[in-house]
Amino acid sequence: MQSTSHDFVARAQKGLVDEDLQDALSRFRTGFSVKRSEAAALLPEFEALRDQAVEIKNHTLEHLDFYLERFADKVEESGGVVHWCVTPEEARQTVLDICRANDAKTVTKSKSMIGEEIALNPFLEANDIEPIETDLGEYIVQLAGEYPSHIIAPAVHKTKDQVADLFYERHKDQGGGKRLEEVDELVDEARAMLRHRFIDADVGITGANFLVAETGTTAIVTNEGNGDLTQILPRVHIVLATLEKAVPTLDDMSTILRVLARSATGQEFSTYTTLSTGPKRPGDLDGPEAFHVILLDNGRSRMLGSEFREVLRCIKCGACMNHCPVYGAIGGHAYGWVYPGPVGAVLTPNLVGLKEAHHLPNASTFCGRCEEVCPMRIPLPGLMRRWREQEFDAGLQAPRYRLGLALWAWLVRHPTSYRLSNALLIRALRLLGARRGRIARLPFAHGWTSGRDMPTPEGGSFHAKWRRRSRE
Amino acid sequence: MNETPVRGTLRVGLFVTCLVDLFRPSVGFAAVKLLEDAGCLVEAPSAQTCCGQPAHNSGDSRNTRAIARQVIETFEKFDAVVAPSGSCAGMIKHHYPVLFTDDAAWRQRAEALAAKTFELVSFLTDELGVKTVAAEFAGSVTYHDSCAGLRELGVQEQPRRLLASVQGLQLKELPGANICCGFGGTFCIKYPEISTRMVSDKVADIADTGAGTLLAGDLGCLLNMAGRLTREGRSVETRHVAEVLAGMTDGPAIGEAAGAKRRAQQSG
Repeated sequence: MQSTSHDFVARAQKGLVDEDLQDALSRFRTGFSVKRSEAAALLPEFEALRDQAVEIKNHTLEHLDFYLERFADKVEESGGVVHWCVTPEEARQTVLDICRANDAKTVTKSKSMIGEEIALNPFLEANDIEPIETDLGEYIVQLAGEYPSHIIAPAVHKTKDQVADLFYERHKDQGGGKRLEEVDELVDEARAMLRHRFIDADVGITGANFLVAETGTTAIVTNEGNGDLTQILPRVHIVLATLEKAVPTLDDMSTILRVLARSATGQEFSTYTTLSTGPKRPGDLDGPEAFHVILLDNGRSRMLGSEFREVLRCIKCGACMNHCPVYGAIGGHAYGWVYPGPVGAVLTPNLVGLKEAHHLPNASTFCGRCEEVCPMRIPLPGLMRRWREQEFDAGLQAPRYRLGLALWAWLVRHPTSYRLSNALLIRALRLLGARRGRIARLPFAHGWTSGRDMPTPEGGSFHAKWRRRSRE
Repeated sequence: MNETPVRGTLRVGLFVTCLVDLFRPSVGFAAVKLLEDAGCLVEAPSAQTCCGQPAHNSGDSRNTRAIARQVIETFEKFDAVVAPSGSCAGMIKHHYPVLFTDDAAWRQRAEALAAKTFELVSFLTDELGVKTVAAEFAGSVTYHDSCAGLRELGVQEQPRRLLASVQGLQLKELPGANICCGFGGTFCIKYPEISTRMVSDKVADIADTGAGTLLAGDLGCLLNMAGRLTREGRSVETRHVAEVLAGMTDGPAIGEAAGAKRRAQQSG
């Protein structure tokens, strides 16, 4: 996917004045977080499970080559094929080759962020293969010609009315015809539209929440059942996954599953947890004839050896964005690439470059709520700070900001000069606003006064007053 | 009156914080009063300036380390270092030690300082065993949990406990008190529109409590919220929690003109 992360400020501003988006976000801001905290409170061992989940992933990442090879061997033992791909281009081409070898006209897709990462849909369309998103949220954003704004709730930026308009517009020549008002009706209509697409599809593509090394099993968690139909009905099932999805055993997967849904939606468990091990076996009643796993690196092996390794523990639950006050203010599209919110602020510069995505790790107050709720205890603010350090070291910040910072740091390191400049600043600010107690407009702090007053200093610095008190 | 301190006379270095020094010295004096009432000997070394967060959060690790060394040198002689701020105390306590991973000597000094550095209110309750304060405040307050104090230092129940002992004070809990106000240090300057959205939501929640006064333990957040409250013309006063706990609320609130209260009382 083409990044627009460099345009973060303009995109965020657009989001802030988009009434529909703000309406959608106002419900989002409390929904998931309340459910997560209720779910966590109901499970006494939740914190201990988080620790275990972290340990499992740390161990797996430490021995990732071993577990991936084990996984690949097991997939092949059960009759599947593993394709190791380094770049998005390779992964896309591999999907296309499989589709062509099977004479595919349409492919159904269950939700996959890797599919977004490699921009699979436009590529398939350009090659005369029709991709059909079957997750309701993904289906909505595909109909709207957009991309997901959230990793587990792709259409969270849309209001019900917007979806009603969209369905009316796009379904009317497919047997729709009436503008529906109720959520249930909209869901039913999407289901009706998708039903024959499931049956007609030649290839089904899913993502993977886990790659289980001991059995060669891939697993997805879903709530709509579309994942099962996507992978069981077509002749060919393709799994798209990046390397860090590996876990050693089914038991390890189960441990992480216990924190995944609780952290994501506040469910104890997702409605469907679907395991796939190879293609249909002799005697099986259903299942695909061919089973392909595309193992994509796309920067993960580089991250494994970098200071950003810990972000590879991410299980894509979305808790960090569900709890991020910045995400809650601007929505996911402002971030400009596949992964929004705090985890996106760490991942995106890794995958599209710091120069392109430098705003993302800066657009955080470091409030720490993401780290607090991350089931995998990824130190997201700390990792964002690493990016800021790289940005500073590479001289990428605005010259004015760098100059201001250097001047300030010099003063802080020279207390006598600092005292003097503070005294002058206090006087200046009091000249401007002592009468009212606040300043409505400050030319050199326009950012501050554009949205709030600047309270004026009380008068006299603490240290000046303290010296006076000590003399008395 | 206050509890007798559990230890002998502690020599406490007050880390005033740059914002208190510049904007609101009365918060520093409230801290001094609370500490002295609890039996501490308080000093405020004049060589102190700032804890270095603006540099740290801007990725300037060289200046951050230089500032940290300066703070360590200034404060390591004290029995305890106390700041009327969760974010500055958190900076010293949790961030200083990791600045010196490659420098064993400084790391040791940073860790030693970290171990005896505290946020004011939790220092009073958790270290000195203060259970009540001798203050009065006629009115209702609401309390915002500043992020660093809450998440880095676990300051949440301590200020509420002491506020409960203030005579006449009624605490009205703020829904979403643990959600960031949008200050974020340099964040509010770099992304003012996003910050404004966040602080607008926050002041709407504050106003909904119906409380007359907003309290918090960090002046950065307070300046941000006070600035938005006055910008929106809301009648909520804003003060640092230490001012109320020390019974020092005669002066103007944050963002209020000197004499405003007197004038209001005269006209009312």
